[in-house]
Amino acid sequence: MRRVISVILLIIICWGIILALHKIPFGIPKTKVGEYYLNRGRQETGSANIVTSVVLNYRGFDTLGEVTVLFIAAIGLGAVLATLNKKGKRKIEPSSLILNTGCRFLFPLILLFGAYIFIHGHLTPGGGFQGGAIIASAYVLIYLGCRGRRISEIGSKTTESLGGLVFIVLGLVGLAVGGHYFLSNFLPKGQLNTLFSAGIIPIIYIAIGFKVGSELAGVIDNLMEKS
Amino acid sequence: MIIVVSLLVILMLIAAIAALIYKDLISAVIAACMVSLIAAVLFYFLQAPDVAMAEASIGAALVTAIFIIAIRRTKRYEE
Repeated sequence: MRRVISVILLIIICWGIILALHKIPFGIPKTKVGEYYLNRGRQETGSANIVTSVVLNYRGFDTLGEVTVLFIAAIGLGAVLATLNKKGKRKIEPSSLILNTGCRFLFPLILLFGAYIFIHGHLTPGGGFQGGAIIASAYVLIYLGCRGRRISEIGSKTTESLGGLVFIVLGLVGLAVGGHYFLSNFLPKGQLNTLFSAGIIPIIYIAIGFKVGSELAGVIDNLMEKS
Repeated sequence: MIIVVSLLVILMLIAAIAALIYKDLISAVIAACMVSLIAAVLFYFLQAPDVAMAEASIGAALVTAIFIIAIRRTKRYEE
Protein backbone atom coordinates (compact mmCIF):
# COMPACT_ATOMS: atom_id res chain seq x y z
CA MET A 1 0.00 0.00 0.00
CA ARG A 2 2.75 2.44 0.95
CA ARG A 3 4.59 1.65 -2.27
CA VAL A 4 1.53 2.41 -4.39
CA ILE A 5 1.09 5.74 -2.61
CA SER A 6 4.72 6.67 -3.08
CA VAL A 7 4.62 5.80 -6.79
CA ILE A 8 1.49 7.92 -7.25
CA LEU A 9 3.13 10.80 -5.37
CA LEU A 10 6.22 10.48 -7.57
CA ILE A 11 4.14 10.60 -10.74
CA ILE A 12 2.30 13.71 -9.51
CA ILE A 13 5.59 15.45 -8.66
CA CYS A 14 7.10 14.52 -12.08
CA TRP A 15 3.97 15.80 -13.83
CA GLY A 16 4.20 19.10 -11.96
CA ILE A 17 7.87 19.57 -12.83
CA ILE A 18 7.22 18.76 -16.51
CA LEU A 19 4.30 21.19 -16.62
CA ALA A 20 6.46 23.91 -15.09
CA LEU A 21 9.49 23.38 -17.30
CA HIS A 22 8.25 22.32 -20.73
CA LYS A 23 7.57 25.85 -21.95
CA ILE A 24 11.08 27.12 -21.25
CA PRO A 25 13.16 26.90 -24.45
CA PHE A 26 16.40 24.95 -24.16
CA GLY A 27 19.68 26.62 -25.08
CA ILE A 28 18.28 30.11 -25.67
CA PRO A 29 19.63 32.83 -23.35
CA LYS A 30 16.97 34.46 -21.21
CA THR A 31 19.05 37.31 -19.84
CA LYS A 32 21.43 39.76 -21.44
CA VAL A 33 24.32 39.14 -19.04
CA GLY A 34 25.72 36.12 -20.92
CA GLU A 35 25.75 38.10 -24.14
CA TYR A 36 27.68 40.88 -22.41
CA TYR A 37 30.34 38.46 -21.15
CA LEU A 38 30.69 36.84 -24.57
CA ASN A 39 31.07 40.15 -26.37
CA ARG A 40 33.13 42.17 -23.90
CA GLY A 41 34.83 39.58 -21.66
CA ARG A 42 37.97 39.20 -23.74
CA GLN A 43 38.79 42.92 -23.90
CA GLU A 44 37.85 43.68 -20.33
CA THR A 45 39.77 40.88 -18.62
CA GLY A 46 42.38 39.78 -21.18
CA SER A 47 41.56 36.13 -20.54
CA ALA A 48 41.08 33.93 -23.62
CA ASN A 49 38.88 31.45 -21.72
CA ILE A 50 35.62 33.27 -21.02
CA VAL A 51 34.56 30.84 -18.28
CA THR A 52 37.70 31.76 -16.36
CA SER A 53 37.07 35.47 -16.84
CA VAL A 54 33.59 35.05 -15.33
CA VAL A 55 34.73 32.78 -12.48
CA LEU A 56 37.67 34.90 -11.36
CA ASN A 57 36.93 38.41 -12.55
CA TYR A 58 33.23 39.18 -12.76
CA ARG A 59 32.32 36.64 -10.07
CA GLY A 60 35.58 36.51 -8.14
CA PHE A 61 33.93 37.06 -4.79
CA ASP A 62 31.73 33.98 -5.28
CA THR A 63 34.85 31.95 -5.98
CA LEU A 64 36.32 33.11 -2.68
CA GLY A 65 33.12 31.82 -1.04
CA GLU A 66 33.48 28.45 -2.79
CA VAL A 67 37.08 28.12 -1.63
CA THR A 68 35.94 28.95 1.91
CA VAL A 69 33.21 26.26 1.78
CA LEU A 70 35.79 23.66 0.74
CA PHE A 71 38.11 24.83 3.51
CA ILE A 72 35.37 24.54 6.15
CA ALA A 73 34.43 21.06 4.90
CA ALA A 74 38.04 19.88 5.18
CA ILE A 75 38.38 21.39 8.68
CA GLY A 76 35.11 19.74 9.76
CA LEU A 77 36.23 16.34 8.50
CA GLY A 78 39.52 16.71 10.35
CA ALA A 79 37.70 17.70 13.55
CA VAL A 80 35.27 14.75 13.34
CA LEU A 81 38.03 12.22 12.63
CA ALA A 82 40.24 13.62 15.41
CA THR A 83 37.64 12.60 18.02
CA LEU A 84 37.72 8.92 17.01
CA ASN A 85 39.97 6.84 19.21
CA LYS A 86 42.35 5.04 16.98
CA LYS A 87 42.36 1.29 17.51
CA GLY A 88 46.02 0.42 17.46
CA LYS A 89 48.46 0.56 14.59
CA ARG A 90 47.32 -1.49 11.62
CA LYS A 91 49.98 -3.57 9.97
CA ILE A 92 50.72 -2.21 6.53
CA GLU A 93 51.57 -4.80 3.94
CA PRO A 94 54.14 -3.49 1.46
CA SER A 95 52.89 -3.41 -2.12
CA SER A 96 54.53 -5.43 -4.85
CA LEU A 97 57.50 -4.10 -6.80
CA ILE A 98 55.60 -3.63 -10.07
CA LEU A 99 52.75 -1.69 -8.41
CA ASN A 100 55.18 0.41 -6.43
CA THR A 101 57.34 1.31 -9.42
CA GLY A 102 54.33 1.98 -11.65
CA CYS A 103 52.78 4.35 -9.12
CA ARG A 104 56.06 6.18 -8.58
CA PHE A 105 56.45 6.53 -12.35
CA LEU A 106 52.91 7.84 -12.90
CA PHE A 107 52.83 10.20 -9.91
CA PRO A 108 55.00 13.05 -11.32
CA LEU A 109 53.24 12.82 -14.70
CA ILE A 110 49.81 13.32 -13.10
CA LEU A 111 51.21 16.17 -10.99
CA LEU A 112 52.56 17.79 -14.17
CA PHE A 113 49.18 17.43 -15.88
CA GLY A 114 47.37 19.02 -12.95
CA ALA A 115 49.87 21.89 -12.84
CA TYR A 116 49.47 22.40 -16.58
CA ILE A 117 45.71 22.64 -16.18
CA PHE A 118 45.77 25.29 -13.48
CA ILE A 119 48.63 27.32 -14.96
CA HIS A 120 46.83 27.49 -18.32
CA GLY A 121 43.44 28.14 -16.74
CA HIS A 122 43.04 31.47 -18.54
CA LEU A 123 43.90 30.00 -21.97
CA THR A 124 42.42 26.48 -22.15
CA PRO A 125 39.49 24.77 -20.39
CA GLY A 126 40.15 23.97 -16.78
CA GLY A 127 41.46 25.93 -13.86
CA GLY A 128 42.39 25.84 -10.22
CA PHE A 129 39.62 23.55 -9.00
CA GLN A 130 40.07 20.98 -11.78
CA GLY A 131 43.87 21.03 -11.58
CA GLY A 132 43.75 20.76 -7.78
CA ALA A 133 41.41 17.77 -7.99
CA ILE A 134 43.75 16.05 -10.47
CA ILE A 135 46.72 16.66 -8.14
CA ALA A 136 44.72 15.19 -5.25
CA SER A 137 43.93 12.11 -7.37
CA ALA A 138 47.70 11.67 -7.87
CA TYR A 139 47.97 11.51 -4.08
CA VAL A 140 45.17 8.91 -3.99
CA LEU A 141 47.32 6.81 -6.33
CA ILE A 142 50.32 7.13 -4.01
CA TYR A 143 48.24 6.27 -0.92
CA LEU A 144 46.81 3.15 -2.60
CA GLY A 145 49.87 1.98 -4.52
CA CYS A 146 52.84 2.76 -2.26
CA ARG A 147 51.54 1.96 1.22
CA GLY A 148 53.38 3.68 4.03
CA ARG A 149 54.20 6.89 2.19
CA ARG A 150 52.37 9.97 3.49
CA ILE A 151 52.36 13.66 2.79
CA SER A 152 53.63 15.85 5.61
CA GLU A 153 50.73 17.38 7.49
CA ILE A 154 52.54 20.65 8.19
CA GLY A 155 53.48 21.01 4.52
CA SER A 156 49.94 20.52 3.25
CA LYS A 157 48.45 22.86 5.87
CA THR A 158 51.05 25.55 5.08
CA THR A 159 50.44 25.31 1.32
CA GLU A 160 46.70 25.50 1.88
CA SER A 161 46.94 28.59 4.10
CA LEU A 162 49.38 30.32 1.74
CA GLY A 163 47.02 29.72 -1.21
CA GLY A 164 44.10 31.29 0.63
CA LEU A 165 46.27 34.16 1.84
CA VAL A 166 47.48 34.97 -1.70
CA PHE A 167 43.87 35.08 -2.91
CA ILE A 168 42.70 37.48 -0.19
CA VAL A 169 45.82 39.69 -0.26
CA LEU A 170 45.54 40.09 -4.06
CA GLY A 171 41.88 40.99 -3.65
CA LEU A 172 42.69 43.61 -1.01
CA VAL A 173 45.54 45.06 -3.10
CA GLY A 174 43.09 45.29 -5.99
CA LEU A 175 40.68 47.13 -3.72
CA ALA A 176 43.40 49.59 -2.67
CA VAL A 177 45.20 50.13 -5.98
CA GLY A 178 43.02 49.20 -8.92
CA GLY A 179 39.44 50.25 -8.61
CA HIS A 180 36.62 50.55 -6.18
CA TYR A 181 35.86 46.88 -5.70
CA PHE A 182 37.40 43.75 -4.23
CA LEU A 183 39.55 41.66 -6.62
CA SER A 184 39.79 44.30 -9.33
CA ASN A 185 42.31 43.40 -12.02
CA PHE A 186 45.13 45.86 -11.41
CA LEU A 187 48.01 44.16 -13.25
CA PRO A 188 48.62 44.81 -16.99
CA LYS A 189 46.42 42.66 -19.21
CA GLY A 190 49.15 41.74 -21.68
CA GLN A 191 48.51 40.22 -25.07
CA LEU A 192 45.52 37.93 -25.51
CA ASN A 193 46.30 34.20 -25.82
CA THR A 194 49.77 34.34 -24.27
CA LEU A 195 50.81 32.71 -21.00
CA PHE A 196 51.60 36.04 -19.29
CA SER A 197 48.28 37.76 -19.81
CA ALA A 198 45.03 38.51 -18.01
CA GLY A 199 46.57 40.31 -15.03
CA ILE A 200 45.88 38.68 -11.67
CA ILE A 201 43.81 35.77 -13.05
CA PRO A 202 46.69 33.26 -13.54
CA ILE A 203 48.19 34.14 -10.15
CA ILE A 204 44.89 33.53 -8.36
CA TYR A 205 44.30 30.29 -10.27
CA ILE A 206 47.76 29.00 -9.32
CA ALA A 207 47.01 29.86 -5.68
CA ILE A 208 43.62 28.08 -5.89
CA GLY A 209 45.26 25.06 -7.56
CA PHE A 210 47.77 24.69 -4.72
CA LYS A 211 45.07 25.27 -2.11
CA VAL A 212 42.53 22.80 -3.50
CA GLY A 213 45.20 20.18 -4.24
CA SER A 214 46.71 20.24 -0.75
CA GLU A 215 43.26 20.44 0.88
CA LEU A 216 41.86 17.39 -0.92
CA ALA A 217 45.13 15.48 -0.41
CA GLY A 218 44.78 16.30 3.30
CA VAL A 219 41.20 14.94 3.25
CA ILE A 220 42.46 11.69 1.68
CA ASP A 221 45.26 11.52 4.27
CA ASN A 222 42.77 12.03 7.10
CA LEU A 223 40.47 9.31 5.79
CA MET A 224 43.18 6.76 5.03
CA GLU A 225 45.33 7.13 8.12
CA LYS A 226 43.22 8.52 10.94
CA SER A 227 40.01 6.55 10.70
CA MET B 1 24.90 12.93 -32.63
CA ILE B 2 21.45 12.86 -31.06
CA ILE B 3 21.52 9.04 -31.13
CA VAL B 4 24.84 8.98 -29.25
CA VAL B 5 23.55 11.43 -26.66
CA SER B 6 20.30 9.50 -26.13
CA LEU B 7 22.22 6.23 -25.78
CA LEU B 8 24.47 7.85 -23.20
CA VAL B 9 21.48 9.21 -21.28
CA ILE B 10 19.82 5.77 -21.25
CA LEU B 11 23.09 4.19 -20.05
CA MET B 12 23.32 6.84 -17.33
CA LEU B 13 19.77 6.09 -16.17
CA ILE B 14 20.53 2.35 -16.06
CA ALA B 15 23.68 3.01 -14.03
CA ALA B 16 21.79 5.29 -11.62
CA ILE B 17 19.05 2.66 -11.05
CA ALA B 18 21.74 -0.01 -10.59
CA ALA B 19 23.41 2.17 -7.95
CA LEU B 20 20.09 2.28 -6.09
CA ILE B 21 19.27 -1.44 -6.14
CA TYR B 22 22.68 -3.09 -5.59
CA LYS B 23 23.07 -4.64 -2.16
CA ASP B 24 26.85 -4.75 -2.52
CA LEU B 25 27.87 -1.18 -1.71
CA ILE B 26 31.15 -1.28 -3.66
CA SER B 27 29.24 -2.22 -6.83
CA ALA B 28 26.81 0.62 -6.09
CA VAL B 29 29.71 3.09 -5.78
CA ILE B 30 31.17 1.90 -9.10
CA ALA B 31 27.75 2.39 -10.73
CA ALA B 32 27.58 5.93 -9.29
CA CYS B 33 31.08 6.55 -10.67
CA MET B 34 29.78 5.49 -14.09
CA VAL B 35 26.95 8.04 -13.79
CA SER B 36 29.59 10.75 -13.19
CA LEU B 37 31.73 9.64 -16.11
CA ILE B 38 28.79 9.66 -18.54
CA ALA B 39 27.73 13.06 -17.16
CA ALA B 40 31.25 14.32 -17.93
CA VAL B 41 31.00 13.07 -21.53
CA LEU B 42 27.57 14.72 -21.86
CA PHE B 43 28.93 18.03 -20.53
CA TYR B 44 31.64 17.83 -23.17
CA PHE B 45 29.02 17.30 -25.87
CA LEU B 46 27.12 20.33 -24.53
CA GLN B 47 30.31 22.41 -25.07
CA ALA B 48 31.17 22.83 -21.40
CA PRO B 49 34.69 21.34 -21.17
CA ASP B 50 35.45 23.13 -17.89
CA VAL B 51 32.52 21.48 -16.12
CA ALA B 52 33.32 18.15 -17.78
CA MET B 53 36.83 18.27 -16.34
CA ALA B 54 35.58 19.07 -12.85
CA GLU B 55 32.94 16.33 -13.05
CA ALA B 56 35.42 13.70 -14.26
CA SER B 57 38.15 14.49 -11.75
CA ILE B 58 35.97 15.12 -8.69
CA GLY B 59 32.85 13.04 -9.35
CA ALA B 60 34.48 10.01 -10.89
CA ALA B 61 37.89 9.88 -9.19
CA LEU B 62 37.89 11.53 -5.77
CA VAL B 63 34.32 10.87 -4.64
CA THR B 64 34.63 7.20 -5.60
CA ALA B 65 37.90 6.89 -3.69
CA ILE B 66 36.43 8.57 -0.60
CA PHE B 67 33.31 6.37 -0.68
CA ILE B 68 35.38 3.19 -1.03
CA ILE B 69 37.60 4.20 1.89
CA ALA B 70 34.46 4.85 3.97
CA ILE B 71 32.93 1.48 2.99
CA ARG B 72 36.17 -0.31 3.89
CA ARG B 73 35.86 1.08 7.43
CA THR B 74 32.19 0.06 7.78
CA LYS B 75 30.12 -2.80 6.30
CA ARG B 76 30.27 -3.87 2.68
CA TYR B 77 26.80 -5.38 2.30
CA GLU B 78 23.47 -3.71 2.87
CA GLU B 79 20.86 -5.73 4.78
